[in-house]
Amino acid sequence: MRNTFVSTLCELAERDDRIWLLCGDLGYSVLEKFAARFPDRYVNVGVAEQNMTGVAAGLAMAGKVVFTYSIANFPIMRCLEQVRNDICYHRLNVKIVAVGCGLPYGTHGYTHHGVEDVAVMRALPNMTVVAPGDPIEARLATHTLAEREGPGYLRLGKGGEATVHADEPVFQIGRAIPVREGGDVTLIAAGAILAETIRAAELLAERGISAGVISMPSIAPLDVTTVLEAAARTRWIVTVEEHSVTGGLGSAVAEVLAEAPATGARLLRCGVTAGPYSVGGQAYLRGLNQLDAAGIAQRVASVVDMAGARAGRR
Amino acid sequence: MANESEMPEAGAMAERTTALARAIRADALRMVHRANASHIGSSLSMSDLLAVLYGGILRVDPARPDWAERDRFILSKGHGAASAYAVLAETGFFPVEWLETYCQDGSKLAGHLTRGVPGVELSSGSLGHGLPVGCGLALAAKADGAAYRVFVLLSDGELDEGSNWEAILFAPQHRLDNLVAIVDYNKIQSFGRVEEVLNLEPLADKWRAFGWEVREIDGHDHARIAEALSGAPYEAGKPTAIIAHTVKGKGVSFMEDLLAWHYKSPNDEQLTQALAEVAAANSAGREETA
Ligand SMILES: [Mg+2]
Repeated sequence: MRNTFVSTLCELAERDDRIWLLCGDLGYSVLEKFAARFPDRYVNVGVAEQNMTGVAAGLAMAGKVVFTYSIANFPIMRCLEQVRNDICYHRLNVKIVAVGCGLPYGTHGYTHHGVEDVAVMRALPNMTVVAPGDPIEARLATHTLAEREGPGYLRLGKGGEATVHADEPVFQIGRAIPVREGGDVTLIAAGAILAETIRAAELLAERGISAGVISMPSIAPLDVTTVLEAAARTRWIVTVEEHSVTGGLGSAVAEVLAEAPATGARLLRCGVTAGPYSVGGQAYLRGLNQLDAAGIAQRVASVVDMAGARAGRR
Repeated sequence: MANESEMPEAGAMAERTTALARAIRADALRMVHRANASHIGSSLSMSDLLAVLYGGILRVDPARPDWAERDRFILSKGHGAASAYAVLAETGFFPVEWLETYCQDGSKLAGHLTRGVPGVELSSGSLGHGLPVGCGLALAAKADGAAYRVFVLLSDGELDEGSNWEAILFAPQHRLDNLVAIVDYNKIQSFGRVEEVLNLEPLADKWRAFGWEVREIDGHDHARIAEALSGAPYEAGKPTAIIAHTVKGKGVSFMEDLLAWHYKSPNDEQLTQALAEVAAANSAGREETA
């Protein structure tokens, strides 16, 4: 995804000279392409995220469209108040790009686990929060954020994510992307966990459970209509995210369902629950959190079966 | 320093900035009194700096606050908002009557400087934000070949914030000689004397060591302020730091150099006395003795 991002940004920068890229001394083997082509619009600000974000705000005040880039928490949490006050409050054209969100830097330890970023970013005013599900969505998201006025947050995986969409989907802020039909359960995924979610739906089909899949790259604003339609159509809504179950996609969907007129649908949130002290590779940590395909399918099957059994007793 | 042909202009400017500083102080005192607000000491310590900036240094046009070529002034110490709003009103960015709404319900004029008010570039109030943003503006000006300068006014206390030192490293690296940082060095921060909380000394040496051109001045002497600000940049490629030695609460005898006036608001009697002292002050902020 990060390579897709930077290739796309190069294309955009070719025809829009307002586009700048700032990095916080990270981006080895990724950003060189942009730096070589647009040396006057690229700054390695140094290991100084507060200043990076303030500089981005100043550039944006002077009419630039500025992307800031770093790993997971660094471009948002280290400089959260600059994001909040300088960028969001002033509604500036700064797009924050965090790579390695979720657990791809699993072995690096909790400092490098980006698992609360969505919760933080979607609480901020004027902030568009986008977590693309595959490289195609990453490309479309980069385009869309560059063209959209105001602050944006692009939550990317690390690299090597599989392409999910066979054809280019319609990508709009506030609009979900339907991936797979299903009548019993709707799985709603945001971010790089999408591929795992689709495999979970396939595993569920083998167990006789018909699971639809929706990609929800636009977390803020959320596609409320699609959530409510799914809740009217299927008995279970399942959110899947490589993020804490607190405050992310699961919480956003829960807020919608809780305030909606009774739909009858139940909600299951799949996300990171294991706490900060687990070390291991992404696959290991996904497994630990039941966020691999088998784990997601297992959790979905257990609630659906339980609900079925309860209904049968009545 | 000034040659003979500049003398009449310098004289006219001093007259203008002296009157402006008096107006700023009087406005800020009335605003803070009316709103029962805090930070009058901080507002008074920088009133002379603001008067000289807006009275003769900044290339700004009150009729066109968004003019692309304007100099950018960022008040990083946003708690000094009362005098910042006052100078904007007194120089015609918005009606002076608006000042009466300072901190009132539904007002445009919040207790910390807030964008949306004509002439305000950046909302501030949390410390350590202004200089990084100023670096971004200065970098944009360089990239665009624009001639404007960027001025950022900081408090001494806010130099505790690490974000400033990130920016202080950044500006010389990128040769931002169109950037001027001004420190309102009144030696008091929000809960103690600067030297007792986190001593900044040797402050000028610190900026110099980071690659800035530094001028230390009396921050209440209008001629020195004007000279220091108009001289920047002093060296191509180097940003300028003006360390302005000031007195917190300057211009009101019973407020000067006292931490309490970071918080207290004058009562009716104190306001009357303060306004009388301000009205009697000359350009250096001292009582007339003649
Ligand atoms: Mg101070």
